[in-house]
Amino acid sequence: MKIVAVCGMGIGTSVLLKMNAEKVLRALGVDADVEAADIGVARGMARDAQIVLTSEELAPEIGDVPANVIVIDNFFDLEEITAKLKAALPE
Amino acid sequence: MSETLADELSDDAIILRAEASDWRSAVRLAGDALTATGSTTDEYTAEMIRAVENLGPYIVIAPSIALAHSRPSPAVLKTGISWVSLASPVEFGHSANDPVRLVVGLAAVDHDSHLATMSNLAGVLSGDIDRLLEATTPEQLRALIRENTQ
Repeated sequence: MKIVAVCGMGIGTSVLLKMNAEKVLRALGVDADVEAADIGVARGMARDAQIVLTSEELAPEIGDVPANVIVIDNFFDLEEITAKLKAALPE
Repeated sequence: MSETLADELSDDAIILRAEASDWRSAVRLAGDALTATGSTTDEYTAEMIRAVENLGPYIVIAPSIALAHSRPSPAVLKTGISWVSLASPVEFGHSANDPVRLVVGLAAVDHDSHLATMSNLAGVLSGDIDRLLEATTPEQLRALIRENTQ
């Protein structure tokens, strides 16, 4: 399972999102590779990812990718991230 | 554990209960604090503002919290962080998380040097930030951050 956390610059919000997504995935017992990326390289990386995590503003920028694009409102809310990831993970 | 967030926030990096008329002045304050610590030049502040102009208010990453930042560039002299609490909440135009009461400024020289800081920041900001916003002196803020550090 490959997950890409996307932000505008690749050093700030995507890093926080990656850290909290990893926390959630560990708690769920899911083995996944989470990478942080800026919007410029995200489109390429998202091509072979199953899930893309990002914010509402940036979601349209990702464009048409096979990955499931999930919008996170509160990057610190582990419950929100857990609920949205759970819904997107394969059974 | 290396340096904690409280250790990284020197007096120069902290502006408390600041007056900002709009999101640009709020981001500028976070940039000024980064510059005051020797982390960035004024150009980085301009880059942070351009980032929001170009990509939208996605830096408002949680209710009340904006993470002002740009990318590694010559305007970043060393990796650093700043903390600006606002006297009055400011609208950034975010659909879910407005208005903003705390702007954290972030500058990084590369993609790895700030990871410990980010991890600390996530730990501190996941807790109750209302108390952090009540701080009126840097000493008080650092003490509250230490209490929130997991």
